[in-house]
Amino acid sequence: MSYVIKGQDGPWELVIGLEVHAQVISRSKLFSGSATEFGAEPNSQVSFVDAAFPGMLPVINQECVAQAVRTGLGLDAQINLVSRFDRKNYFYADLPAGYQISQYAHPVVGGGHVEIELSDGSTRRIGVTRLHLEQDAGKSLHDQHPTKSYIDLNRSGIALMEIVSEPDLRTPEEAGAYLRKLRTILRYLGTCDGNMEEGSMRADVNVSVRRHGEPFRTRCEVKNVNSVRFVMQAIEAEAARQVEVWESGGTVEQETRLFDPARGETRSMRSKEDAHDYRYFPDPDLLPLVLDEAWVAGLRAELPELPDAKRARFVAKHGLSAYDAAVLVADQETAAFYETVAAGRDAKLAANWMMGDFFAALNRTGRSIGDSPVSAAALGQLLDLLADRTINGRIAKEVFEAMVETGEAPASIVENRGLRQVTDTGAIDRAVDSVLAANPDKLAEYRGGKDKLFGFFVGQVMKAMAGKGNPALVNDALRQRLSA
Amino acid sequence: MSLDPATVRRIARLARIHVDPAEAEQLAGEMNGILGWIEQLNEVDVDGIDPLTGAAQMAMRLRADTVTDGGIPELVLGNAPDRAGAFYAVPKVVE
Repeated sequence: MSYVIKGQDGPWELVIGLEVHAQVISRSKLFSGSATEFGAEPNSQVSFVDAAFPGMLPVINQECVAQAVRTGLGLDAQINLVSRFDRKNYFYADLPAGYQISQYAHPVVGGGHVEIELSDGSTRRIGVTRLHLEQDAGKSLHDQHPTKSYIDLNRSGIALMEIVSEPDLRTPEEAGAYLRKLRTILRYLGTCDGNMEEGSMRADVNVSVRRHGEPFRTRCEVKNVNSVRFVMQAIEAEAARQVEVWESGGTVEQETRLFDPARGETRSMRSKEDAHDYRYFPDPDLLPLVLDEAWVAGLRAELPELPDAKRARFVAKHGLSAYDAAVLVADQETAAFYETVAAGRDAKLAANWMMGDFFAALNRTGRSIGDSPVSAAALGQLLDLLADRTINGRIAKEVFEAMVETGEAPASIVENRGLRQVTDTGAIDRAVDSVLAANPDKLAEYRGGKDKLFGFFVGQVMKAMAGKGNPALVNDALRQRLSA
Repeated sequence: MSLDPATVRRIARLARIHVDPAEAEQLAGEMNGILGWIEQLNEVDVDGIDPLTGAAQMAMRLRADTVTDGGIPELVLGNAPDRAGAFYAVPKVVE
């Protein structure tokens, strides 16, 4: 871990921990039967429970518990068969009850871990302290009226998983890799859509700095950061601020801060000075949550293959590099696409095509793997045409571009455009003869010892054959004629 | 354990309850009485006994994940002191 902030008198290391709030995928809310769908008319998905009418009692949604347990299993974490809900007390206009039902002392999921991959090819294991279930708050709109805030409680009571990491992260890159990996795992499990733009995944970032070998110093919490890039920027900005405070003889105060992406700096949320005094106590409306071991085992048995396992399989079964495998498993749809292309074919070649021309085409056309202009089956057919030598590698790229443009099948593009590779040695020999005849000076130079000109002749012959010559046969024919 | 008037004022502020300075003095006395009574419970030896979260030794009931409620904006907004369309309207709260 060589990332440090260079101070005036020596380097500083970073200590980072993340609290991720992930919205649970479920049809109805954590403690009420209202719908969770995004984008509904204001206050149309609100029950008396969500609006905290007096006397309303919460009843927990079994699927939300299952989603938390699945996520815990996906993080290789301890599942607590007995857990409990507490009230976290604070006042805000979009929290009608004046408290959030959360799990403080006894979360449903205990310690686990996430394996992250870094750009230098190394991996690190990041500890997960806990995962607990809690209610989301409503949404406030502050920009609709000069003196009023508007409140929509549709989000109020939707289940969240708060996933807390150990302070194991040491660089902005690691924090970014952790968030991306966590998002991948949640998406594989189908427990959260991981959409940070819509707010279904948000991060609170704890940052402190220290001299190498020191114990932890005071941390600050940067609240509600809503993209991977902003998390990385917020860490850099906050760490730089703290180094400046310490080096100028000051003391970092533990506080809650906000990241301002436009200015690239964090600022204090002074209004939240009492924010950490939540006066938690067990919610008297709710009995302990007790899970049956067999039910948990059933959930475990139904887990999908997770990214780490899939990556290991791609390396072992398909002979891919760890890097290629990591790129292909980052998204479940991409991995499935790849497996369709690679089935029964040269798996390494399939990976190269996906990560080269295919991803480039998606980028260029602004499409995603879900609405790709070229299907997995069609890309596979193209590889078949390469494998049975109907076309050569250069023509394959041309055919692929035509597939992106027209959506036609590769075989019909090859037929209609006459791109079939020429393996007729008579035709190749004729092309070689005419090229040599047209370039007597180059031929003389080559014979005089300028070996590098071989490539020039190959190029000329291929050009004469409109790119369709079989490269191996062209090489053979040339080598034979030139050494004659 | 004993509460001073400053702590009482802080608790009142966190609970958004208005307390006059004179009242805080009196409340500190009353609350100390309650705390003193509860502290007697600390004398009971509870080593090896699981915490009791309720009087009934029961576990939570779980419900199926189906949409059975909501769709009643007029009812949930019915008692609101102020509204704007389908939103609740409250005095502006901005960070």
